[in-house]
Amino acid sequence: MAQLTFREAIARGIAQEMRRDESVVFLGEDVGAAGGVFKGTVGLFEEFGPLRVRDTPISEQAILGAAMGASMTGLRPIAEIMFADFFAVCWDIVANEIAKSRYMTNGQLTFPLVIRSGNGGGLRFGAQHSQSVENWAMMIPGLKVVVPSNATDVIGLMAASVRDNDPVIFLEAKALYASKMDVPDGEIVDTLGSAKVLREGTDATVVALGAMVPKALAAAEELSNAGIECTVVDVRSLVPLDMTTILREVSATGRLFTVEENPRLCGWGGELSSIVSEEAFYDLDGPIVRITTPHIPLPAADALEDLAIPSVERIVTTIAKSMNS
Amino acid sequence: MTSTQAAPELSYLEHKVAMYRSQVALRRFEQRAYDLFLENYVKGTSHLSIGQEAIAAGVAAAMRPTDWTFATYRGHAHTLARGVPMTPVFAELMGRSNGLMAGKGGSMHLTSVEHGVMGSYAIIGAHLPIACGAAWSAQYRGTDQVAVCFFGDGSVNIGAFHEALNFAAIWKLPVIFFCENNLWMEYTRTSEVTAVANPAADRASAYGLESIIVDGNDADAVYEVASLAIARARAGEGPSMIEAKTYRHGGHSRADPGKYRPDDELAEWLLKDPIPLYRSRLLEMGVDEDELLVLEADVDAEVDTATNEAKAGAAPGEELLFQDVWADGSGSWRN
Repeated sequence: MAQLTFREAIARGIAQEMRRDESVVFLGEDVGAAGGVFKGTVGLFEEFGPLRVRDTPISEQAILGAAMGASMTGLRPIAEIMFADFFAVCWDIVANEIAKSRYMTNGQLTFPLVIRSGNGGGLRFGAQHSQSVENWAMMIPGLKVVVPSNATDVIGLMAASVRDNDPVIFLEAKALYASKMDVPDGEIVDTLGSAKVLREGTDATVVALGAMVPKALAAAEELSNAGIECTVVDVRSLVPLDMTTILREVSATGRLFTVEENPRLCGWGGELSSIVSEEAFYDLDGPIVRITTPHIPLPAADALEDLAIPSVERIVTTIAKSMNS
Repeated sequence: MTSTQAAPELSYLEHKVAMYRSQVALRRFEQRAYDLFLENYVKGTSHLSIGQEAIAAGVAAAMRPTDWTFATYRGHAHTLARGVPMTPVFAELMGRSNGLMAGKGGSMHLTSVEHGVMGSYAIIGAHLPIACGAAWSAQYRGTDQVAVCFFGDGSVNIGAFHEALNFAAIWKLPVIFFCENNLWMEYTRTSEVTAVANPAADRASAYGLESIIVDGNDADAVYEVASLAIARARAGEGPSMIEAKTYRHGGHSRADPGKYRPDDELAEWLLKDPIPLYRSRLLEMGVDEDELLVLEADVDAEVDTATNEAKAGAAPGEELLFQDVWADGSGSWRN
């Protein structure tokens, strides 16, 4: 057991897979000798050398095009898009090429690749470096979307993503990079499409993702003091989506609250609400409530950003108000 | 067979006859595809390269079976030239279950991995960086495979073109960027919207590459220049960009008659039609005309047979709708 930060877990997760499989290669901007702008890849260049850990120009289309072409011809690339906002400059390669080419070719091609990216706000970077884009990725058929919320899951889900034969968008909450936890020694391999129940309660089920997971847990503690016992589910993977776990937990408590960092319209919680309404409607004891970032570009000022992204306080008051009404 | 895969056992003349046969096959295939479109057998859209066959035939002849082709939505010729049979290509155009991709891709996305045709890409410029990735894979794994990426003159002003060129140059990737400059983007003359006279070749120096221009209506010239570039790439000497001057005899797509082009321009290029020119050359070199007549009749029969086989194919079944979204064959996104 060793205490690791979220950012250290990224390097450990990638290294675990690169040691195991020579076909795993890694490319991105400033990822090599510099160790990544968020220091998430420190040590990889030194261990695996410049042929497996490759610095690229600022060319997101080339980075993802190269990852795609390499993945369809025998490699298992991991590509970094520094900030998830930058998906907007290479979205053609993601949405039109990587996601669709297996289907269009009737299964002739496979794309075993991982695109990892720093996602979300909380760092006062303003509207172009703070977006939570999980809903962008989730809406494209052919992409898997994985969002870990802690260091151990980073390693295990990275391993599962690298070993998966489909393209995986792996979104790392920038707000969690400095978070720490005790991580088991040795190889860690997790499973895609498995949500995790982090806390059991009887009154309400709170479903959260990424940086919202620790906030949901903290809110659940406060609500417990007020006599409201919450189950907290970490979604972990939007595609594939573990509805079995979520439906079971929602049916058990009769209430669903989602906590989402993405802006409200077409956020993942909307899809969850729709499925729960269709398939567990008669188990519900009250309305489904979504707690999200509002439908606005994120402001830079800390005072404003803190108002925009769901806070522990907002989660607590929203749930308490709804439960008591 | 329409294959012109390099076959060292062929004599000098046999090799040229094979390249002629390939060009005739591409031409007759696409003429039939056009008829099938007018008869509503081919749905959606199709983009013909009638007039540009010397490029597909010449480059394919310079490639090894293990090399990779990355084509555009105007990709019928490049697919067939690598040896893909006509029947599944016709059937794909018609949306039949015996299509190359069982009807799931259509005319613009022809792919046959077993023939090294790694896809036809319908978003302008997107496949240039993807071809870089395949070339990187070959370089990393130490194979001597080469990726050849075809694109039109309209691709040279999109960002992916420039990102890919720089990327290939700095990593010395075994990739050939092959621009088929047919002078017209879609309905706009490329020179009206491009800052340089030779849209690809004049950009080569910006990426430390040699400026190479070839007559795209001369299969021998194309074969020679492609062979040199491929040999360089195979030897680890990095990428090349080639600009071939050519002309599409028809419109951009479907039933576009191409009326925006001056009549005398088309007439001038019809005089430079690569197929009669190549035929005359073969006759001058001593090839018996009877041999060519037999070859042409043979191609016609192949086109007829393939047309009938494609038409006989069933519509794709419902079971295909959810198949192969994912690598495990399924289409399921939740449990």
